[in-house]
Amino acid sequence: MLNKHIDKPVSVLLMSIAVLCGLILLLVLSFLVKEAWPAINDGAWRSFLVDDAWYPLEGLFGISPMILASLAMTVGAILLALPLGVSSAIFLVFYAPAPVGSVYRLMLNLLAGIPSVIYGLWGLTKLVPLIVQWQAPGVSLLAAILVLTLMILPTVALTSAAALTAVPQELIAGAAALGLTRKSQILLVLIPAAKTGIISGVLLAVARALGETMAVLMVAGNVVQNPTSLFAPVRALTANIALEMAYATGTHRAGLFASGLLLTLLVLLLAWLASRLRSQAQRG
Amino acid sequence: MKKNVLCLCALLCFSVQQGAMASSDRLRLTGSSTVAPLILEMAKMYEKEHDGVRIDVQTGGSSRGVNDARLGLADIGMASRELKPSEQDLKPYTIAMDGIGIILHRSNPVTALSQRQITAIYKGNIHNWREVGGEDLPITVVNKAEGHSTLELFLKYFSLKNSQIKAHVVIGDNQQGIKTVAGNPGAIGYVSVGTAQYEEGRGTAIKQLPMGGYAATVANVQNGFFPLSRPLNLVVKGEPSPLAMRFIKFAQSDAVHGLIKAQFFVPVGPL
Amino acid sequence: MKERGFTLLIWASALLVAAMLLWVLSDVFIKGLSHLSWSFLMDEPSDSGRSGGIAPILISTLLILLVALFVSIPLGLAVAVWLSDFTEQRSEFANIIRLTLDALTGVPSIVYGLFGNAFFSIFLGLGFSIVSGGLTLACMILPVFIRTCESGLSAVNNDWRKGALALGLSRSATVWHILLPAAAPAIVTGLILGIGRATAETAALIFTSGYVDRMPESVMDSGRSLAVHIYDLSMNVTGGDDAAYASAFVLITLIILLNTFAQAGVNRWLKGRLVAL
Repeated sequence: MLNKHIDKPVSVLLMSIAVLCGLILLLVLSFLVKEAWPAINDGAWRSFLVDDAWYPLEGLFGISPMILASLAMTVGAILLALPLGVSSAIFLVFYAPAPVGSVYRLMLNLLAGIPSVIYGLWGLTKLVPLIVQWQAPGVSLLAAILVLTLMILPTVALTSAAALTAVPQELIAGAAALGLTRKSQILLVLIPAAKTGIISGVLLAVARALGETMAVLMVAGNVVQNPTSLFAPVRALTANIALEMAYATGTHRAGLFASGLLLTLLVLLLAWLASRLRSQAQRG
Repeated sequence: MKKNVLCLCALLCFSVQQGAMASSDRLRLTGSSTVAPLILEMAKMYEKEHDGVRIDVQTGGSSRGVNDARLGLADIGMASRELKPSEQDLKPYTIAMDGIGIILHRSNPVTALSQRQITAIYKGNIHNWREVGGEDLPITVVNKAEGHSTLELFLKYFSLKNSQIKAHVVIGDNQQGIKTVAGNPGAIGYVSVGTAQYEEGRGTAIKQLPMGGYAATVANVQNGFFPLSRPLNLVVKGEPSPLAMRFIKFAQSDAVHGLIKAQFFVPVGPL
Repeated sequence: MKERGFTLLIWASALLVAAMLLWVLSDVFIKGLSHLSWSFLMDEPSDSGRSGGIAPILISTLLILLVALFVSIPLGLAVAVWLSDFTEQRSEFANIIRLTLDALTGVPSIVYGLFGNAFFSIFLGLGFSIVSGGLTLACMILPVFIRTCESGLSAVNNDWRKGALALGLSRSATVWHILLPAAAPAIVTGLILGIGRATAETAALIFTSGYVDRMPESVMDSGRSLAVHIYDLSMNVTGGDDAAYASAFVLITLIILLNTFAQAGVNRWLKGRLVAL
């Protein structure tokens, strides 16, 4: 056990496993490019940006309204889920009496495990009829944002709670010794200390919101148009794939793979931005 | 702990091996999500009657059924439509019929719409139920996603192009259409007749409109009066294997009429 | 006074979240429980799942999950440990791997489904099978699991590492005996996120493990997962809502049970580690 020679081979082994896992992305990407090729080679990709509508069977491949819709949903859901999720985490770690806390944690785990189909079903049969009374057609950007918020809340809350729990006890003791109130301890010491963990939770949540398919498909209305109002029905990129994939052939199919590719590149960009942000935060 | 993991490994390897030695009495079907639940039931009945036969049913869409049958990825493809002129290299075997009907919310007082009115509503020329004799309520147009055979049939019947339709909601499978219309008093949509009849009967907040003067009922689809109907087909390329042929014959026999009715489709053949 | 307001705010948002959950779950519990029975768990589905039970689907779901966890736990822990303790924090190469993993986390499940179908089912010739589905899910949950474990490992107080090194422990032994146990809460969180995501997955499994709803004979058989079953019953099978809600109830219960086992299992394993030291 005291033998340090073991570290070298272990390190090499672990690194090769890491590389292997990294290669999955390359595999996914190359496969997407291969399948999307008929829709993107020879400048055909331009039609994704230029065409003003999505009617693949009539040769129109305008994709930008769906990109905007996916982004709008995600931003909306994060704006709602971040404050709710972090305060749930604070509640869980610092405020809840022990029995309440364990019930609450169980509940969050439960929420995290509910299949998206159930959220979609709830959205379609409970939430959408409520919005219809307010403004038709009910299935809308708003419905999608609300359903997505519920879906990503547990991710934000659980990862934030884990990050808050991991803050060293000395730090809390130190803050208390300084005579800080509980609120100030949390806001000035604990949350800054747990920042990295919370951010990575939010990133997970962004990814889940961007990638969510079934629930969004059921409540967003799926009309390909720019998200001009909260009540407008919109179609997300993922919903587009799910709605048409099983039926698509030829260029249509390639177009759907291209939207999958685009979605992946979008996530890649976000991940890169986030890592830049993090390394800046570490330096600062 | 280690022992457990080893056992698990062995178990997995063993079952992989078993799978690889699967019997040749295996039939693979892929295609239409409309037909898949029906065929799955038929397959189970067939398996019970014929020991050792395994029939795997995978869902997708009609085009996938056609595609897989053509490429040999499936022994039999399932398609919820007639074969297109470009698909004449395949041979269809019709196992049942299905009708497509217009549905509204139950609270909507409109009882009939002419073909021209429906076209105008779907093109976005009529925006409010008031214009067709209903209440002052904006119309929510529910359309199917591109590529669904229900949409193709609807477009063909009303001589529309999908880009002409001004939809407010685009849906995927049948039940989503029913749930969407049931949740919106101003909605209009089109779904499978048999399922709509069933849902209407059990109190879901929808109602069907007659088409071309004929009520949207399973009976009117069966006697051929209902104008918007489609065959549910099993398709094969070339000469099917003996087992595939036996299964197709079984799927067309009287023995499965109960199963077809239980899925709200219409058996083919004399009344 | 401000202190009171903050406390109130925290309690209020916690209550709001709880209320929303109850609203979402009320249908599942009321409609699900009324349809649920012992035979529902033990029977084969009939009439497209409207009647009969879900026994084969339950088994398929568990097998798919087993394959996914069997692959992703060892690989995931290995990568997490490598990232946190076997590379320089600022190493360019490790950052590329991190970036890759973050990107993988964001790949939509439906894209995993398409990938799994083309790679595992067709390219590797595994067909529509439980193995294909499990491997696809493993790819899907690996990045989440790795990143959560890594953040847990990095959060362990550095004094412990220094102390262990000063005692002459190898880095590998430090990880095995000290860091992994200390990071246990994060590992459990990662496991729970992974199990939740895998068990609830629909889109990726339709294209890989398939639609067949009979009892699987081996992991090479196609098997329908619970989430796919629920989707089919609620969106495609007319009159399937009751069975869909009951299946959803079972799925949620299953996830709670699995989470409890994960928690208990990790605790036990860790106790073993600490004693061995």
